[in-house]
Amino acid sequence: MPPLIETSELTKQFDTLTAVDHLTFNVAEGEILALLGPNGAGKTTTVRMLSSILKPTGGSARIAGRDVVRDARTVRHLIGHLTEFPGLYLRMRPLEYLDFFGELQKMPRATRRARAEELLRQFDLWDARNRRLGEFSKGMRQKMALIRAMLHAPRVLFLDEPTSAMDPHSAKQVRDAIATLRGSGHTIFLCTHNLYEAESLADHIAVIRRGKLIAFGTPAQLKRDLLGPPIWELRLARPLSAPWPYLDGHLRVASSDDWSLQYHTETPESTNPLLLRRLQEIGAAVLTLHETPRSLEDVYLKLVQ
Amino acid sequence: MLTDALIITRREVRDSLRDWRIVAPILILTLIFPWIMNLSTRLAIAFVEEYNATIIPLRLIPFAVMIVGFFPISFSLIIALETFVGEKERNSLEPLLDTPISDASLYLGKLLAAMIPPLFASYLGVAAYLIGLYLTIQYVPEWIILLQIILLTTMEAIVMVSGAVVVSSHTTSVRAANLLASFIIIPMSFLLQAESILLFWGQYDVLWYILAALFVADVLLIRTGIRTFNREEILAREIDELNLGYMLRTFRQFFIGARFSLVRIYRDDVPRLLRENRLALATVLAALSLALIGGWFFASRYPLPAELIGSIKINPEMLRQQTAFQGNSLLPRLDVGTIFFYNLRSLLGFAALGLFSFGSLACLPMVTTMGLVGFLFGEARLFGAEGIVFLIAALVPHGIVELPAAILATAFALRAGASIIAPPPGVTAGENLLRALADFVKIILFVVLPLLFIAALIEVNVTPQILMWMYGR
Ligand SMILES: Nc1ncnc2c1ncn2[C@@H]1O[C@H](COP(=O)(O)OP(=O)(O)OP(=O)(O)O)[C@@H](O)[C@H]1O
Ligand SMILES: [Mg+2]
Repeated sequence: MPPLIETSELTKQFDTLTAVDHLTFNVAEGEILALLGPNGAGKTTTVRMLSSILKPTGGSARIAGRDVVRDARTVRHLIGHLTEFPGLYLRMRPLEYLDFFGELQKMPRATRRARAEELLRQFDLWDARNRRLGEFSKGMRQKMALIRAMLHAPRVLFLDEPTSAMDPHSAKQVRDAIATLRGSGHTIFLCTHNLYEAESLADHIAVIRRGKLIAFGTPAQLKRDLLGPPIWELRLARPLSAPWPYLDGHLRVASSDDWSLQYHTETPESTNPLLLRRLQEIGAAVLTLHETPRSLEDVYLKLVQ
Repeated sequence: MLTDALIITRREVRDSLRDWRIVAPILILTLIFPWIMNLSTRLAIAFVEEYNATIIPLRLIPFAVMIVGFFPISFSLIIALETFVGEKERNSLEPLLDTPISDASLYLGKLLAAMIPPLFASYLGVAAYLIGLYLTIQYVPEWIILLQIILLTTMEAIVMVSGAVVVSSHTTSVRAANLLASFIIIPMSFLLQAESILLFWGQYDVLWYILAALFVADVLLIRTGIRTFNREEILAREIDELNLGYMLRTFRQFFIGARFSLVRIYRDDVPRLLRENRLALATVLAALSLALIGGWFFASRYPLPAELIGSIKINPEMLRQQTAFQGNSLLPRLDVGTIFFYNLRSLLGFAALGLFSFGSLACLPMVTTMGLVGFLFGEARLFGAEGIVFLIAALVPHGIVELPAAILATAFALRAGASIIAPPPGVTAGENLLRALADFVKIILFVVLPLLFIAALIEVNVTPQILMWMYGR
C-alpha cells in the first residue's frame, strides 16, 4: 500500500527566503507523524502546501496518491486542517458554524447535524452551543476549530499546534481524540512544540530547521541515533557484598556503586535476564531494573542547537 | 458552481445583517435620508414655484432618486473592500480556502454577498423616497426614467462592488485595499457628475449609452475578477506593498534593473515592452481605426453645407496671404517648444485619467483626435482629390512621427490603468501597478518624448515648407 502522505523535494520559496527546503518523507496510512521545529522552521508552510492552499515552488506532494497541485479539490476534500489560528466567524453560533463547513464539504444535512452534536459533546462544548463564538475563550475557540477540521471525518488530519492554547484537561481531551482517530485508521500530521505530546502520540517524528529535514524516525530510533543506546539501571535493596557480575561482552558499565549499576547493552532481551540470574546466584536482592527515561526534549535540543 | 457560491453568500449576508456597524448606516441611509431628501425636494419645489420655474422640480426629482439610490452603495464599498483581505486579516480565510469549493464559486459567492445588501438598501431607499413623494405631493415618476435610474444604480453598484472585490482579492491588507479604492471612487464620481448634468438637461437618451458602457464594465470586472482570483496566492502574500521604501525599491528595480544602461534600454527593454504590450497596442489601434472610420462616416452623413465648401478654395493666393501675414506658417504661429509641451501635457493628463479609470479613459484624447481626422478627411473628400492631398501634406509629415508616440503613450497608460484590476498570477495588484508605471515612464522618457520632439520640429519646420512648395507656386 502506498503511503498516504508523500512528499518529494517539496520546496517553498518566498521572495528571497526558502521557507521549506527540499523536504522528502512519507507517512503511512493510520500513522501519526509529529513535525517538530523551532519557530519559523517552516511547519505551517509545509502543512499549507500539503493541504493545497499554498503552491509549492518546487518538488511535489501527494495525499492518498492525489497530487496537491493538480488534484487540489480532491485533496481538500480528503483532508481536515486545524489552522494555526482558529479563525472562527465570531458572530456565528457553534451549530450554525459547523453546518456551514459541513455543507461546503457536501455532507448531507442530517449527517452534519448529528456529527456536529457528537463532536460538540465529545469536547464539552455542547452546553455552550447557544453562545456566539465571539464569546468563547481561547481554548474553546481552538476546540471549535478542531471540530471543524474533524467534521467530515477526513482521511488525513493536519493539526497545526492543536493544544497550544488549552488547559491540561482540554489538552488531554484533544490527545485522547487524536489517539482515538488513529485507532480508527485516520492518518494524522501533527505540528507541535509540545514534545511530550509528540512522544506519546507519534509513530514517527520529523524535525525541520530552516526548512530542511534534519531528523526523521520513530521516537526510539531518534533517541538511539542521537543519544546512543539506552542506559539500563539496576537497583538493589541492600548493598552488594560481592563484585558486580559484568557478563563480559554483553554489557558496558556506565557507572556503578554498591547499590546500583548503570549499563549499556545491545541485546537487553537476553542480557537482562542473564544478569538477573547471576545476581540471584550470588544472593543479591534486586529491587528494580529499568531503562532510564530519556526525553525527546534531549533529542530535540541536541538537534536544533 | 452557483449552489456552492450561494452557501458562501447566505452565510455572509446573514453575518452582515448581524453587524450593527453595517445595519445601522444602511437603515439610516435607506429610511432617514430619503425622508430628508423628500423634505428638501418639497422645499425646492416650493421655492422655484414662486418663480414659475415648474420645469425644474421635474428635473430635480430624478436626480434626487439617483442620489438616494447611490448613497447606500457608496457606503457598502467598505464591506466589499473587506471581502478577502478583511477575512485574511482576521484569519478566517484559511479555513475557507481549505474546503473543496472551487475558486470561481468562492469568488462568486463573496461577490454576491458584497452586492446584495447594498443593492437591497438602494432599492429600499428609492422606494421609500418615491412613496414619500407620492404621499406628500402625489408625484408619480415617469416609469421609463425610473427604470433607467434603477438600472443605472444597479450597474454602478455592480461596477463598484466588483471592482472593490477585485482589489480586495489582490491586496495584502485592508489599509492597502482602502487606499486603492480611490481608483474606483474617482471615476465613479466623474460618472455621477456627468449623469447629474444629463438628468438636469433632460438628456435621458444618453443615459442608455452610459448604461451600455456600465454593463460592459460590469462584465469585464466580474470576468477579470474570477479569472485572476487564485486562492493559492492569497496566503503567500504577507508584505504590505504600501510602504514607501518598498515601493521605491520595487519601482527602481523594475525601472532600472541592476544597473542603468541606455544601450540596454533601447536594445532589450523597449523591444520587450512592445512585445509584452501587444494586446494594449492592438486595442488602441483598433479604437483609433474605429474612430477614424466613424469620423469619416460622420462627415459623409453630415457634409458641410455646399455654399460653405464653395467659398473655401485652397489657392496659392490664400497661402501667399497667410505667409505674407505670418511669416512662414500656415498654422497659428507656434514654436517647437510650445507644440511639444502642449502635446506632452495632453498625453500625460489623459494618461492620469486612464490610470484612475481602469484604463478606459486613456484612449479618449486619441479617439477624439482620430475621429476628428477621419471627419476632416471625410469632408476634404468633398473638395475632391485636391482636398485630400492638402490634408495629407499638412498632417502626414509630423503625424507619422507623432501618431506612434501617441499610440505608445496611450497603450501604456491603458495597460497601467488596467493593471490595477487584472494583475497576472503571482503578482500583487500594487506590484503590478508599480511595474506598469515603471514601463510607462520608461516608454515616455525614452521613446515618446524624443518622438514628440521630432514631430514638433517637423510640424514647425518641414510642414510649412511642403505646403509652400505644393501650393505656393
Ligand atoms: N506568506 C509569507 N510570505 C513571506 N514569508 C513567509 C510567509 N509565510 C511564512 N513565511 C516565512 O517562512 C518561514 C516559515 O514560516 P512558518 O510559518 O512555516 O513557520 P513555523 O514553523 O510554522 O513557525 P511557528 O512555530 O512559529 O508556527 C518563516 O521565516 C516565515 O517568516
Ligand atoms: Mg506555525
